[in-house]
Amino acid sequence: METRELTCIQCPLGCQLTVTVDGDSITVTGNTCQRGAVYGEKEVKAPTRTVTGTVPVDGGEIARVSVKTASDIPKDKMFEVMAEIHAARLAAPVEIGQIIIHDAAGSGADVIATKTVRKSRTA
Amino acid sequence: MEYHDIVIIGGGPAGLAAAVSAYDAGCRDVLVIERDERLGGILNQCIHNGFGLHTFKEELTGPEYAERYIRQAEERGIKYMLRTIVADVSPEREILYVNRDEGAVRVKAGAIVLAMGCRERPRGALGIHGYRPAGIYTAGTAQRLMNIEGYMVGREVVILGSGDIGLIMARRMTLEGAKVKVVAELMPYSGGLKRNIVQCLDDYGIPLRLSHTVTKIHGKRRVEGVTISEVGPDRRPLPGTEEFYSCDTLLLSCGLIPENELSKQAGITLSRVTGGPEVDDGLETSAEGVFACGNVLHVHDLVDFVSEEAARAGRNAAAWVAEGGSDRGGELPVTAENGVTYTVPQRIRTDAHDEKITVRFRVNGVYRDKYVAVRSGGAEIKRLKRRIMAPGEMEELTLTGEDLGKCAGGITVGLED
Repeated sequence: METRELTCIQCPLGCQLTVTVDGDSITVTGNTCQRGAVYGEKEVKAPTRTVTGTVPVDGGEIARVSVKTASDIPKDKMFEVMAEIHAARLAAPVEIGQIIIHDAAGSGADVIATKTVRKSRTA
Repeated sequence: MEYHDIVIIGGGPAGLAAAVSAYDAGCRDVLVIERDERLGGILNQCIHNGFGLHTFKEELTGPEYAERYIRQAEERGIKYMLRTIVADVSPEREILYVNRDEGAVRVKAGAIVLAMGCRERPRGALGIHGYRPAGIYTAGTAQRLMNIEGYMVGREVVILGSGDIGLIMARRMTLEGAKVKVVAELMPYSGGLKRNIVQCLDDYGIPLRLSHTVTKIHGKRRVEGVTISEVGPDRRPLPGTEEFYSCDTLLLSCGLIPENELSKQAGITLSRVTGGPEVDDGLETSAEGVFACGNVLHVHDLVDFVSEEAARAGRNAAAWVAEGGSDRGGELPVTAENGVTYTVPQRIRTDAHDEKITVRFRVNGVYRDKYVAVRSGGAEIKRLKRRIMAPGEMEELTLTGEDLGKCAGGITVGLED
């Protein structure tokens, strides 16, 4: 049996949740509404996050383009996805929404640009 | 002198939303003046997600949120100038701007919308003991250096202040390979959103030490460490609680200050509490035809609320131009009391009774199960229950024409049991 202390982020109330995992059974206490129970269970079973970062752009009006995973990825894949983001390099122009990395770190999510970077006028 | 119906100072989220709504309200001569090289303001460096849940009902990053408004402005053909700084605003609504191509130019505006945003409280305003080594940044400066310029600002980091930008930078630096050792917060509660504490600190096991502050910065050329001390209820360091943290970087996330130098030059009355202009329910300042919105008015937690507020300012500016001014008539002052630190607006026009009026406010501590009471002339106009309120989360209430009809004289907003 394992217990974890979490802060619910479904609303500003920020209930302190205690989630107890006992085999297949998960119990959440400390929540004041159903959303807290759902949040607590997901955080323990399969927590996911959106990961964001930047990638250098050669010949662009700015030096880097911001990127994100197009959907949430499993939390334990965050640093693997970051490593792939760190290894990427692009040439201008980059369009917002453009896919930068397909299926980053096998997470099932693409990494996409969140900014448009035009070619530098001086380059 | 060149004339424009509406000149908007600042092309960040507030200025863009004001421009779009002024256009949609029928004003075709809107000029946005922006000092940076692109529109979007601070959103360009806020590469994390969590923006737009209210405005677009989806979760966007800062640059994506900005892009939506930039597109809306461009689709409407709204004029904007980049790399142009406004040097002066007069009460007669004359604006002096400066840029490389034109030099210094004066233009006349029918109405002005102030949307200059805010800036961070710097080290000099904090009075921390020690030399001035390299490695001390405000959180937003570090954010710009990392996310726009692409420099890694440090490897071992201590953050002072738990404002949202500091929390966001704790996560950013961790993901970029730095070790964030601790976030120290002077107050007994965090100044940031709960969501950010969980997703930026708890996720990475970064400790948040409440009622703690940095009492010494070590190092002469580069930061070598900081001393952190616990503070008492009077916020003064408690002797004997000093702890040394070795680090090469100190980030400061200790509050934001509305940037109102231009407002002061124009003789606009500023609030001592918000640091921004005092406005009426139409977001008009003490200077006729000059409106304010976004972080220059009061510091917001969520850009969604900036957009909503700025859209109101833009609409009202357009109406002001179309009607050739407004008859100010009577005004009811709105006063904050009993745990409420301020309200925006600070006054409500008596001729505005058919509108729904949004009153935003902040509280001075963490309160549970309290009522927000709106009173006027001894009568209770409204009473709203709140399960929790905290200084880091802006509150709002709505007053209807019917509510205002019940008001006799000034209005107070305060907390009650």
